[in-house]
Amino acid sequence: MSEMVHITVNRQPLEVPAGTRVIEAAKMLNIDIPHLCYHPDQTIKAHCRMCMVEVVGSRKLTAACSTVVWEGMEVITDSKKVYDAQTGVLDLILADHKTNCLSCARNGSCELQDLCRRFNRLHPELPDISSNEPLRIDNPSIVRDPSKCVKCGRCVKVCSEVQGCAALTYSSRSADFKVTTAFDLPMDETDCVLCGQCTLVCPVGALVETDYTNEVSAAIQDPSKHVIVQVAPSVRVALGDEFGLESGAIVTGKMVTALKMLGFEKVFDTNFSADLTIMEEGSELLERIKNGGKLPMITSCSPGWVTYMEKHHPELIDNLSTAKSPQGMFGAVAKTYYAQKMGWDPHDVVSVSVMPCTAKKYEASRPELGRDGYQDVDYVLTTRELAKLIRYVGLNLSDLPDSEFDSPLGIGSGAGAIFGATGGVMEAALRTAYELHTGKTLPRLEFDAVRGDVNAIKEAVIDLDGTPLKVAVANGLKNAEEIIRRVESGEADYIFIEIMACPGGCIGGGGQPIGTNNAVRDARIQALYEIDRSLPLRKSHENPEIKTIYEEFFGAPLSSRAHDLLHTHYHARKKRHDFSHLK
Amino acid sequence: MKPFTQAAETLDQELAEKIDGILAAHGGDPTQLVGILLDVEAAVERHYIPESAAYYVSEKLGVKPTQVYDVISFYSALHDKPRAKFTLEVCNSAPCRVKDSDTLLATLKRLLNLEVGEVTYDGRFSIEKVPCFGACDVSPAVRVNGVVYGHLDSEERILDMLQQLN
Repeated sequence: MSEMVHITVNRQPLEVPAGTRVIEAAKMLNIDIPHLCYHPDQTIKAHCRMCMVEVVGSRKLTAACSTVVWEGMEVITDSKKVYDAQTGVLDLILADHKTNCLSCARNGSCELQDLCRRFNRLHPELPDISSNEPLRIDNPSIVRDPSKCVKCGRCVKVCSEVQGCAALTYSSRSADFKVTTAFDLPMDETDCVLCGQCTLVCPVGALVETDYTNEVSAAIQDPSKHVIVQVAPSVRVALGDEFGLESGAIVTGKMVTALKMLGFEKVFDTNFSADLTIMEEGSELLERIKNGGKLPMITSCSPGWVTYMEKHHPELIDNLSTAKSPQGMFGAVAKTYYAQKMGWDPHDVVSVSVMPCTAKKYEASRPELGRDGYQDVDYVLTTRELAKLIRYVGLNLSDLPDSEFDSPLGIGSGAGAIFGATGGVMEAALRTAYELHTGKTLPRLEFDAVRGDVNAIKEAVIDLDGTPLKVAVANGLKNAEEIIRRVESGEADYIFIEIMACPGGCIGGGGQPIGTNNAVRDARIQALYEIDRSLPLRKSHENPEIKTIYEEFFGAPLSSRAHDLLHTHYHARKKRHDFSHLK
Repeated sequence: MKPFTQAAETLDQELAEKIDGILAAHGGDPTQLVGILLDVEAAVERHYIPESAAYYVSEKLGVKPTQVYDVISFYSALHDKPRAKFTLEVCNSAPCRVKDSDTLLATLKRLLNLEVGEVTYDGRFSIEKVPCFGACDVSPAVRVNGVVYGHLDSEERILDMLQQLN
């Protein structure tokens, strides 16, 4: 039990643990001190100065986010002096912010707008000094708008401290101070992996996903196209946040209804292709172990991680599972197996996927994921864009009845569902690998040892009926880097590693609703385990649609057709600067 | 969709070796980044840090390219764009102004047909106004790449100084 100190906030007495910061202490009395740069999951920056408060006995105002409480401290957040200072700061930030709110992706979910509403700033009070820098649209995933940046530094922090990429940085000083990339280069020419965590923490519209809602709407309206959609496991436990439901609310049935009402011809479940991934990846693992293939085998479902590997660790290319991600597998199956079944020309099929992820937009554009002049997935929408589409049509998600996914390609096991959480791909693979390897039924399906926490590394030794299997799970790329260090230094001899680029896995992905923080991530992880628990079908290899597709189409896992459609390859990315020509 | 991006220039062997020497002189210590970058800038004819050199320094020191760029853009003594081979720094402080450095500045501008902050077409000269560099005893003076030229009180002496710059 840590030492407690006694303080007052706006004359109300309060006892808090020593070391608490003023902004967090005030929160305990339900007082929200205004802030832009402060973020509950990040270290302190004290950049924005919105949180200036009075401390009795102190001549100057104090930043509530960076100041730790002391015994007898008297904090005042509601005086005129504080109000004037905070509105003064707000006016200055607003003067340097392009206020074309109606055309901004964050209109309605903008923290600067919230502050203006709170302080009744109906229009900027000071002359506009915002920059005229143009939008940066230089990759399929993320758009930067420097004219909206409030220089809070949250994106810089998440990129370096959580993801270890440090693709974004501060540059210059004073009036020229800004957030940008090294030498102001396009994002995909830098260390960026397009994970989108920056879009999740940005308080305004300076970093947003590339929007494809108009393209998708247009395709739906086109009578010559068959527009089908797949939805990733983690979207169903996050979409509710956009419609005011509590974190971790499970909205699978309502989401399917919404997609059908939006006009998608068929609504499918990526959980199905997650099961397919397990069949291929699990078989690949057993085969590598049996035939002395490259180990440790590392999962390849997370496109942020795949890009990270290609940019920073090309020496690991042969360690990655060649199995495509569930999105990639679904895309390939939809335009071959399913199109054949329906008698559709694959060129007339528009395949849309709803993903928790901005990097999936990039993945879908990879030339390997297509054939005969078409891409397997045509458009990738984030959870946020799906919410936008649902609102366009005027649906209120929480009022909708439940519906079922279309079949085939609509049944997913519990193992497929937990793909969305860190440790989930590992657990799903272990369930299938154990039973395929031993021919026995698993006594207990839950592999608690690999169920990861947000932003953590987990190691375990799994007993495959006598064969010990050393495994590791990491989420967040900084943790991934640590796992790679352990492998390359020979410190660890894992057989199988699961890596997800985003903290908490896909449920914490860069395309999830604004407001996703670590507490919300925990709630979503629990929701996915709840979905798994409540399903009668919890193992990928027992999924009846999976059995059918192997009988009718693929033959067996790792068959030549499976290799053709369900597996892929990776390549080292050309570096911006390569010094191999030097002596 | 893809915007035009300037292709990355390639680091040549000569500059790479100079940078290796600078890094060694600083003991390969990343905390000496500012000093290292100042030395690199001095080793480049146009007095700036090419992108390839910054990436090379970042790789050798084990720091991120963004950190190197942050430092270059933060300090006004460091530059990421080519400058003149000879930047004529004219002291703008009171003692030199008293000794009529304004005429020196006007003469330089006229002789080179150049405004402050501009670079001649051949990349050789530019003129900058700077605070005192401690040459009051020989003022009016200019400083070029660290060398002070004093007593520039006639057009003849100014021309003589310019002709020494090669």
